[in-house]
Amino acid sequence: MSGVNLEDVLQALRQQSGGISRRGFLKLTGVAGGGLLLAARMPALAEEGPSLVGSVELNAFVSIAEDGTITIYSATPEMGQGIKTSLPMIVAEEMGASWDDVRVLQTEEVNTEIYGEQWTGGSYTLNREWNIMRRLGASAREMFLAAGAIAMELPRSELKAEDSRVYHIHSDASRSFAELAALAYRQPVPDPDTLVFKGRQEYRIIGTAKSQVDSNQIVTGTADFGIDTRVDGMLYGVYEKCPAVYGRVVSANIDEVKREPGIVDAWIIKGNDNPRELLDGVGIVGTSTWAVFQARNKLVIEWDESSASKDSWTDFKQFAESLEARVGSEVLVSRGDVDAVLKDDRHRIVESFYEFPYVSHLCLEPMNCTAHFKPGVNGAKDHLEVWLPTQMGPRFQAMAKDRYGLEADQVTIHIKRMGGSFGRRTSNEYACEAIELSMRAGRPVKVTWSREDNMKYDFFRAGGFQQIRAALDESGKVAGWEEHAIGVEQDGKQAIGSGFRTGAFPLASFPVVRGSHTLVPKKTLLGPWRAPWSNTHAFVTQGFIHELAVAAGRDHLELLLEMLGEPRWLEEGNIRAMNTGRAADVIRLAAEKAGWGREMPPGSGLGLSFYFCHAAHVAEVAEVSVDTNRKLTLHRVTAAVDVGPIVNMSGALSQVQGAIIDGYSTMVGQKITMENGRIQQTNMDQYPVLRIPAAPAVDVHFIQSDNEPTGLGEPALPPLAPAVANAIYAATGERVRKMPLSELGFTV
Amino acid sequence: MPGVTLDVNGKKHTVDVPQDMPLLWALRDVMGLTGTKFGCGIGQCGACTVHVNGQPMRSCVIPASAVAGQKITTIEGLASNGELHPLQQVWIEQDVAQCGYCQTGQIMSAAALLNRNATPSDADIDAAMSGNYCRCGTYIRIREAIHTAAQRTGAGFYNAAPAAHKAPAADEAAAAEQAEHQV
Repeated sequence: MSGVNLEDVLQALRQQSGGISRRGFLKLTGVAGGGLLLAARMPALAEEGPSLVGSVELNAFVSIAEDGTITIYSATPEMGQGIKTSLPMIVAEEMGASWDDVRVLQTEEVNTEIYGEQWTGGSYTLNREWNIMRRLGASAREMFLAAGAIAMELPRSELKAEDSRVYHIHSDASRSFAELAALAYRQPVPDPDTLVFKGRQEYRIIGTAKSQVDSNQIVTGTADFGIDTRVDGMLYGVYEKCPAVYGRVVSANIDEVKREPGIVDAWIIKGNDNPRELLDGVGIVGTSTWAVFQARNKLVIEWDESSASKDSWTDFKQFAESLEARVGSEVLVSRGDVDAVLKDDRHRIVESFYEFPYVSHLCLEPMNCTAHFKPGVNGAKDHLEVWLPTQMGPRFQAMAKDRYGLEADQVTIHIKRMGGSFGRRTSNEYACEAIELSMRAGRPVKVTWSREDNMKYDFFRAGGFQQIRAALDESGKVAGWEEHAIGVEQDGKQAIGSGFRTGAFPLASFPVVRGSHTLVPKKTLLGPWRAPWSNTHAFVTQGFIHELAVAAGRDHLELLLEMLGEPRWLEEGNIRAMNTGRAADVIRLAAEKAGWGREMPPGSGLGLSFYFCHAAHVAEVAEVSVDTNRKLTLHRVTAAVDVGPIVNMSGALSQVQGAIIDGYSTMVGQKITMENGRIQQTNMDQYPVLRIPAAPAVDVHFIQSDNEPTGLGEPALPPLAPAVANAIYAATGERVRKMPLSELGFTV
Repeated sequence: MPGVTLDVNGKKHTVDVPQDMPLLWALRDVMGLTGTKFGCGIGQCGACTVHVNGQPMRSCVIPASAVAGQKITTIEGLASNGELHPLQQVWIEQDVAQCGYCQTGQIMSAAALLNRNATPSDADIDAAMSGNYCRCGTYIRIREAIHTAAQRTGAGFYNAAPAAHKAPAADEAAAAEQAEHQV
């Protein structure tokens, strides 16, 4: 168990600052000639030229320039989750490279045959790539060792690879990777089954704190964001859609808008009613973003709203609150005789109703895409080039084929760094809008969404409601548990992120349990929002467990541990299912480190919560105080996290700090509502965000178990809201069953 | 459209822009200085923060024409003589960023803070940095990085005007040396 103190991480980072500073303004030069090239998916070994390592699974490549620079390509998109740093750290570790010699470049194309899956999401990428990256690095290491044995005329068994050199363990003899590269690439490629990976005690890079590889570009304003794309001959575009989603264009004052300053052209564009591809709209192109933003204000569009959203938050809320049924129309999980337990006269029934709003992704970099469609002439094929911030390059490629009939060789995709995503950049509509405008303009077009576009046309986190009840027996134990989610149906099924998943605690593990839902069809667009399902379900269930503890007059920690039962995997060896022992360990650790049970001053309190999702066991304790004016202060959050071994300690800490602050920001003030299909909040002045003064201190403790590692982009978020809600109860005796807190009169 | 002459990072640029075009879009779309970011367009998020005469301003809500002839510094002009500004150095060393999109605006606000207060307290940081939103929640590290930069450089560095903020050369010969180009 290691407590991760921010000061320790900062200290570790500072100690490396020499290396980072030296890299300061270095220009990245791409793959230099010569040296070792490890690539993927090359079936045979070549006698001459680059010898290609590996199996079809290898999905990045590495090259070593004559000056010793080791270039490692990153094939998965970067959105702030740190994958562009952590995956190359794994390769470098197994290679025996020195991190100071490593440069990381983003692959400039989507080619899943070479690079593997090339999407990111679900906090899954690290787990998916872990063994692939280890194999890639270990293959290179073995080839360097073989080359070193030849060059130094020493037995290979007496050599080791470290700090970008091959060393003889019994003498001073050594050769640098750069010196050995030419020979190494002529060595046989090891059979992946023969590779032996380093043990954790041998790690020199994995588990240390590294500043992310793009830090220099970020702080100098030169990072590779899609919105900064500039292409010769490029026009700027906007795409105006109906204020109620799925509305269709009848007419628009196109000719008038074309006469606005800086406007080059404008068109009414018919979509395919697929909000992830192209809805009806009016496209405008001009000589600057400002020109097209101004011109759109002059648009007068007649919309046909017969198929458009009429959604109303007020109606949804009235429906949910007046629903008398305590069991939903569809039962998703049922175990034991819940009805009998709930009717048992000896049992005390505790019942609650929770509410949580729709929320927006609010990525700070607006949705954008630059597209250049070049029609084929003289028998040549059409070609499409896009500069696209997306989590889902392969999904774009599939869309280009299905919608535009473009094969992979007709499409060039530049995957750009994303200015936040949180699940938002998984659809193709902002790309399709740019493509449509480029096709009509005959030039490259960058489409930039205004903040208002981003707010109106988000794929929101679903708002919803939940009834929840449980039976406490005479000894204060939970005898039965029932949940009924009132959620959203979309496309004929449970919408993403609405309600709960049956693998969630305690539904997945508790012996007497029933979970059901009642779904209401809604058209407001929904999508994955950082820890979908979990980010609301944790609030409901972890708050309610605390309610049960209070009702039973028991300690929350004790009751929570009791509900987990005996330590066990819910599915043996499957890290994506909960392990009640790992769960108990993080809960105990968070409680211990936060000083659970200590005397708190009046108006202050501690709140505990736990959630399992994304293969991560996370427990958090919030320490709050509330003054007489209902000003809430979240002083500190203590988190205990088990995601297996940590790759980049700095990145891991960042993700936990960030998820906690994101969870708090969302809980405190954020709510999207809609009436007559129109989203009511248009910009950040109506959708408050947490600012620096309200940011809590965050203490993080990792349990670095020997389980496979997994990502941390999402799982530290869900426990935050219930921890704060429970702490508010401890401080004030007031139960929070509704978000955001601003609607309950709290300020921060 | 009459040209507007903007003094950006010590160079004069005469640009043909509408009178109402915000400085943000003149920088990004016309001059190609894309380090200054578009976030909200209403001065709420701080991603577009630049310095005008050393003061932090939200460039998305100031017309370019309103700051003609004034000293504008963007993130591209914060480093001097190839040396990163101490805040940029610390931001790298302490791995402040996550997605990174807001960080140029954060650094510009922090640089303006340190210019007027070499040893800011937490309350000073709160006051100066509240206009800069970070969606990823890097506030804890932003605060630490400002303190580290302040400690490292002491009062001395910031009392001397950084190169980008030096007064413009008064005489014509020096002015002629400044690159002036039409965009």
